[in-house]
Parts: sequence; structure tokens; C-alpha cells
Amino acid sequence: MSDEQESGAPAGTVASQWAEFDASGQPRAAGGRGPRRTARAGEGPVADELLEPGEETFEQETSEGDQELDSADVTDPVELLIERGAVLRLPEDSAVDPTLDPELDASSFGAGETMIINLGPQHPSTHGVLRVMLELEGETVLRSKPVVGYLHTGMEKTAEELTYVQGATNVTRMDYLSPLNNELCWSLAVEKLLGVEVPPRATWARMLLSELNRISSHVMWAATNGMDLASTTMMIFGFREREMVLSFFEKTTGLRMNHNFIRPGGIAADLPDGWEDDVSVIVDTISQRLDEYDELLTGQPIFRERTEGVGVIGPELAVAMSATGPILRASGVPWDLRRSMPYLAYGEVDFDVIVGSVGDTFDRYAVRLNEVRESIRIVRQVLERMPAGDYRVQDKKITPPPRARIDESMEALIHHFKLFTRGFEPPVGEVYSAIESPRGELGCYLVSDGTNKPYRMHWRGPSFVNLQSVPALLHGSLLADTIAILSSVDPVLGEVDR
Amino acid sequence: MSDAPDDAPEAASATDGPREEPLAAALAALAGVPTSFSRGDEVLFPPRDRYLAVATALKAAGFTMCSDLCGVDYLLHLDRPLPGGVEPQRFEVVVNLLDVERARRVRLRVQVPEDDPVVPTLFRCYPGSENMEREAYDLLGIRFSDHPDLTRILMPQDWEGHPLRKDYGVGRVPVQFKEAPGPR
Repeated sequence: MSDEQESGAPAGTVASQWAEFDASGQPRAAGGRGPRRTARAGEGPVADELLEPGEETFEQETSEGDQELDSADVTDPVELLIERGAVLRLPEDSAVDPTLDPELDASSFGAGETMIINLGPQHPSTHGVLRVMLELEGETVLRSKPVVGYLHTGMEKTAEELTYVQGATNVTRMDYLSPLNNELCWSLAVEKLLGVEVPPRATWARMLLSELNRISSHVMWAATNGMDLASTTMMIFGFREREMVLSFFEKTTGLRMNHNFIRPGGIAADLPDGWEDDVSVIVDTISQRLDEYDELLTGQPIFRERTEGVGVIGPELAVAMSATGPILRASGVPWDLRRSMPYLAYGEVDFDVIVGSVGDTFDRYAVRLNEVRESIRIVRQVLERMPAGDYRVQDKKITPPPRARIDESMEALIHHFKLFTRGFEPPVGEVYSAIESPRGELGCYLVSDGTNKPYRMHWRGPSFVNLQSVPALLHGSLLADTIAILSSVDPVLGEVDR
Repeated sequence: MSDAPDDAPEAASATDGPREEPLAAALAALAGVPTSFSRGDEVLFPPRDRYLAVATALKAAGFTMCSDLCGVDYLLHLDRPLPGGVEPQRFEVVVNLLDVERARRVRLRVQVPEDDPVVPTLFRCYPGSENMEREAYDLLGIRFSDHPDLTRILMPQDWEGHPLRKDYGVGRVPVQFKEAPGPR
């Protein structure tokens, strides 16, 4: 490091500081590092006693002059108003309520009482590369704005260049904590476009995988939420349980994440021999371990103190902000697409929709934890009722022939080749298909122009939409609670940015 | 949740029958709006100047959540078939509205001309559309008038162009050492 500094610095002033620092191995006393306080116009020079003899300041090396950010009390109030009014803007419901929003009076900005800090994008508690701009007054958060886009790779544009067969590999990478749900949403949209119906075994196997994925996603959330609230034990617990589910996924699909297993027309392969035993062990173990979670966190006074009454959102505001999933349900709205607009065979299984009553961080925790229990209930029913039969439609335009057939049949070889090079061509039309992912409504809007690639693919990511609620949740809370609230929203930034 | 006068008969029909009843029949504000069914979903095609009024009427009729909003660039299909009375334009704004009480969806498709790609924002009616409208602006260049914060959301602030437009190339990552000899 000192080498780079030496080569870069012109006259050895900066470099000599670094050399001294490195040689002694100790930080220099009396403000030896970092930019020094500089003279503002009219204040006179910096007091010489702060500097050691022969030492020069950083500022003399620059040609730009004073690099310090002026504090709020010397900034033009109008400029400050425009900046704050434009950048940190609360949703309408909060902004019009004078009890929630500070006076947008320019004179109130002169006192230097508020400051804006950035939480993230490299903060571990933002669960990815999320940046939240926070306007603080003391320790109270006034306004905030989530800034996203750091992971944007244009996956919707990419989808227009991939065939419908390849599309599942694209979407599975978006919400990397529930890849099977992404594939399910994609497959249902393509099948709706094609007008095909998958066999019952494929439907129930999809339901099994989707629910197991919901379990793994929620215990992963419990783990990171525990870590955000300084319970590292919870972190270990959550990852331990998730690992069981991922091992089963690896056995079934060959991969721990990004499976590309649920495909248009069914699933890629039948469930492995003995899957019933594996799944039984998983659900039995996790349902016991959930009681451990309860023991560790649910009744714990410190945890409750940090979550109860923190980050409250009511049902009207949650609906107005288009929030879905555990955020909406925790506020008391019994909206779960598995129940309200059943897909797969959710209409035939028995489960409860978990709702909260207050809409605070604790409710969101409780909703997710109990949803794991409901998922276990569904998985147990799937174990009992899994139908026999084919695991994909026998339409050789949509699903590939069995591998063995390719060696025997010229026709099978052609079908295989055509499917994986050109794919299939759904009829012209547009379709919106939505499922309940662990984070809320996961929607896929597809426009087909009759070719083998979607003309337009739009992904309605629940994390992206749910992030809009963050300013409303954070408003008026303490900075220390920001971490707990952000964690309770459970955004997956891969899906936010796509 | 709703106090529209024409709400009651529809609520009754929603309980005893499938949700196939056309909305336009029940809502006076939707009179004359072309409708169609697309694979079981009801789709409305409001003209641009009635878009906000239709959305407001639908909100009053119980569609309290704007679950999705996106834009589509139909540059390569300017002559696509649409229901009678709808003139195809280059852009479309597609809005999915959701009735949480009665579990219904409806989709709006608004035609937006290329030379004036502006539609009114839904923000006053559905605050949750804010980020989705920003995304549509960012990726397709459709502007939403009176939007409170119409800035780029996914692309960098200084990005030029709107990547999801059909005349915007996919792009290639330049290969830096193409001419360099391989390891073998």
C-alpha cells in the first residue's frame, strides 16, 4: 500500500506519513491520519500547533481547494429543501399527514439538526447491495429512500434473447433464496400461454418442491434476522435447517441452487427413489427445531423488546403500497394467493393462512415462523397423497424424450434436437401468471408474438415492490431499529434489481 | 372498502357465480372501454385520456391494489390485432389491478404513442405504483406526468437510452485479449 502511495504522491509529503505509519506499526497520534480540518474562508488558518513541524496537510496537494461538505446551516435553505424534498420523499399517505412528516418549511432546515446518512450498500444487514438513505434527527429516522439497481444485469432483456426452454435458467437466478418458486412461476406462465395441463404427479411434485423451498427460505430469513438482532445462535440454527433442505434439493435436482428443475411441461426428472423418507426426516426434524426457535427467540424478552411495536404498517397502507406476502398478512389482511387464487393443487390441501394483528416486526417474524409450520402441514399431505403417473406432459414439442429413446429412435433424436435448439412456439398472446413466493406475489407477464422467444417478459418481483414500504416502516423509528425493520421486510436484492 | 353505488349487485354475483362477469357491464365509468379476454383474464383497453378515470373508478369498485405495472415496446408489431376501436401504438402500459376482498384481477392496457410517450401517473390513486412507474420510465422511456420522483431506478442516473426498447441493442462485452495466444 505504501508503495502505491509513494509512486502516486508527487513530493513525498503524503507518502512520508504512510511510511512513518507503517514503520512504527501504530497509528499516529494527534490526528495523523485522514484529512485535516481546513480553514474555511474568513476563519483564519488552521492552528499551527495541531501540525507537527515540517508536516504539510493533504489539502495543499489538491487543486480543488476546500473539499469539505458544508454543513446544513450554511447551505442555501432552498437548495436544501429541493434536495431533501426530491430525494427523501415519503409515500403520499405519510407525507400529507402533518403528524408524521416534519414541516417542509425552509426555515426549519437551517438549524443543522438533521443529517443524511447512507446505510449500505455494503452493510451486512442490508442483505445484499441495498442502500438506504436515511434522514436523521438525532437518532430518529425522519425520511428515507431505498436506492437499488446495484445488481441490475438486464435479465428481462436477456429473457427476450432466450427461448422459452432456456428461460427457466434465467429466472431461477433472480430470487436466489427461492429458485424453485421462480421456475414455477415461469413454467405456469408459459403453460398458460401454451394452454397445456401438466399431469397430477408433476403438479404435486411442484407443490412439494415449492413448499420445501418456502421452508428453506423462511428459515434462512430467520437465521439472518437473528443475526441482525445479535443472535448468532439463531444464525447457526437457521443455516443448519436450510442445509437439510438444500441437500434434498441437490439429491433431487443435482444442484443446491438455480436448479432449472421445474420446467414448462412438468419437472425435469422424477423424484429420486426414497424421497418420501428424506422428506419425512426433513419435516420431522424441522418441526421439532421450530420449537427450539420459539424457545430461543419468541419468548425472549430482549427479542420481543426489539421487535414489538417496531416498524408498524396498517392494512390500508400496506394494500395501498402494493405490499404482499408476510408484510401484508402481518398487518391483518388474509391475502395468500395459495388460498385466494389457488394454483397447482392448493385448493385440495388443508392449510391455514397466517395473519398478524399489529403489523409490526414481531408479527412479521411470527407470520413467517408459522408459515413454516403450515408448509410442513402441506408437505405431509403431499407425502400421503402423491399420485403415481407421469411427471411431465408427453408432448414431444414441449418436453424432451427420455434419454434412452434417443439412441433407438430417429424421431426422438429430432425432437430432442429441435427442442433444445429451437424450442417451441406458443400462440400469439399475452398472459399474467402469479404465485405466492415466500416474499409475496411473484408474477410473470409474458407477451408472445408466435416465435420461439418471448417478445417481452416482465417479472413482478415481490421484493422490488415490497421495498416501497420501507420508508413508511422506518418513519419515526430509531436508527437502531432500522436494522430490525429492514430485516423483517426480507428483500432479496437479486430479485429487486434483476 | 368501497362505497361505489354500483358495487352491491356485483358483490352478490361474485359470491354465487364464477368471476366471468364483465366488469364493464357493472361500472358506468367504464362505458365504451373496449374489453377482451386473454386466457381467462379480463383486459380493458382504456384510451390514454380516460386511463386515470378508469383506474379511479376501478379502485372505487374494490380494486384497491395495483399489483403490477410495466411497459411493453411493440415496435416490431405495430399492426397487432386489438379489439375494435383501439388504435395500436408503439408503447403500451400494462397495469394489473387486484381486488383483495373478492380475489379478482383486471388488466389495463393503455396505448402510448411513440412521439409523445406520456401517461398520467397512478400515484395519487395507487401510491404503490411509484417504483413500478419509475422502472417503466427507466427501462422503456415512458414518462408519467405528475409523478413525484420520476428518476431512473435500476440503471445509473447518467445512463443514456432505455434498454428495454426494441431499438436498443443487446450489447456485447468486449473481449479484451482476443488476439493473445492461448495457454496451450
